[in-house]
Amino acid sequence: MENKEKMGIKRVNQAKFFVYFLLTAGALSMLAPFAWMFITSLMQQKQIFSYPPEVIPDPLYIKNYVEVTKSIPVAVYFFNSAVVAVLTTAGQLFIASMAGYAFARISFKHREPLFLLFLATTMIPPQVNIVPLFFIMRELNWIDTYQALIIPGLFGGFGIFLMRQWFKTLPAGLEEAAKIDGCNPLQTYFKIALPLALPALATLGIFTFILTWNSFMWPLIVTNSDSMRTLPVGLAVFKGSFRETTEWGQLMACAVISVIPVIGVFLLGQKYFIKGIMLGGMKE
Amino acid sequence: MYKFKNIFSSNYWWAFLFILPAFLGTFIFIIVPIFISFALGFTEWNLISPAEFIGIRNYSELFRSKIFYEVLFNTFYYAFATALFSIIIPLVLAYALDRKGTGFYKSAYFLPYVTPMIVIAIVWTWIFDPNYGILNWLLGVGDSIKWLYDERFAMPALIIVSVWKNIGYNMIIFLAGLQAIPDSVNEACKLDGAAGIKKFFLITLPLLTPTLFFVSIMTVISSFQVFDLVYLMTEGGPENSTMIMVYWLFKQAFEYFNIGKASAIAYILFIIILVLTLIQWKTRKKWVLNE
Repeated sequence: MENKEKMGIKRVNQAKFFVYFLLTAGALSMLAPFAWMFITSLMQQKQIFSYPPEVIPDPLYIKNYVEVTKSIPVAVYFFNSAVVAVLTTAGQLFIASMAGYAFARISFKHREPLFLLFLATTMIPPQVNIVPLFFIMRELNWIDTYQALIIPGLFGGFGIFLMRQWFKTLPAGLEEAAKIDGCNPLQTYFKIALPLALPALATLGIFTFILTWNSFMWPLIVTNSDSMRTLPVGLAVFKGSFRETTEWGQLMACAVISVIPVIGVFLLGQKYFIKGIMLGGMKE
Repeated sequence: MYKFKNIFSSNYWWAFLFILPAFLGTFIFIIVPIFISFALGFTEWNLISPAEFIGIRNYSELFRSKIFYEVLFNTFYYAFATALFSIIIPLVLAYALDRKGTGFYKSAYFLPYVTPMIVIAIVWTWIFDPNYGILNWLLGVGDSIKWLYDERFAMPALIIVSVWKNIGYNMIIFLAGLQAIPDSVNEACKLDGAAGIKKFFLITLPLLTPTLFFVSIMTVISSFQVFDLVYLMTEGGPENSTMIMVYWLFKQAFEYFNIGKASAIAYILFIIILVLTLIQWKTRKKWVLNE
């Protein structure tokens, strides 16, 4: 009897060991390419092309990070990416929260069909609209400007949906109380509803920031001068510019620079980001 | 008169004000373009001479060309293979992670998802390098597999990368699905002695079917929309073996300036995705608990 129990415990331990082994092996294979990127960014070209591959940079070659700024205007790209990501996030938060507030808290005629219209736009894949959108930008004379990089990215049904869901959970008497205090709906939204919606704003904000920072196809199409390119597009042009031998050290260095902001934002707001994914899951 | 007053009540105007920015933007940048795209599909236009109405010729030419079916095949191959592995692997991982407070694992698995595709493309292009890449060295196959330079291996290479990127996202959704399974079910399993693999197939998987279905369709939809991965790693090659719909439409529009043809491709893609989305919306009542 005792023996059997012992065996049972042993089996449970073995299973537990197996589970953690599996999880750790998986996590390492997720992280390994990042480690490889970082290691390669610290190697000299000669060592990068050694065979079999070497894992420890020798000598430690930090100059790739300096050299890459001479090859391409990394600072300009970084600045453009930051401006576009920050302004798109701010604008998206403002526009989506206002509309979401109206759909959740103000009762008016045709509210449901109008909301469904916004929800239905999430079914349209952005890639399908990219050709006409390009011509709209051309008509507006916006090609190669910040407007083109930012303004079309401000709108989308997901943000409105997310904000509406959040505002719906606020207590029912909120507007009544605000009205008694002499607030009109705009004041109620700014002074009372918005501060209560910080968690939802954080979720949407982190989502928008990361998606905008990473976005590639649109900035590729609407920019054509070096001074307007975002980091991903600039880096892609750099990657495509090599003919004989690729400067892997410099490429990896710039890749490390490009990934730091998103990883930073993600780690800071991981909780909200994951919440957003679950909500996104509920939406579609 | 009463009705009139009702419509123009103050609520209506406030709502109008709140929704106006979102509505204008959505109208100009999403709704108008989808109609322009539809119209352009019936024209021939190379940006220089004026657009010419040609009826359904873009579509009929597409349906008669061999490359269209190749691209369609590649797109389906990519989407379904990616979906298959991006479901099985995260499902197993989520089951292993369920009800364990392991933030580190979540962050690690999630990292690829938030990383810009260009960064991923740079690292993986180097990993896949046939001569100096670490993958062939680890596999011990010398330079015999040319990965991105071989028609047979380029697509599998892209699928490996996209699965690697998707795992974290799908795992989170599976974890949410698993957490929705009540503790009482797990208690009952314990009493009946069901555990591990047996419990997974007999209890967990059936309860998770709605989530599974949702994740499957969503992964297929997002895989149909892939562009940057192909643009950055293979440019559709070698020999069109990784030419997928969005990249093809991009090439037609912005390299060959066949605006009409590009718009027709865009609409075919739109219809495919629309059908998938509608299937999902139709069945969502079955798995959305709180709406």
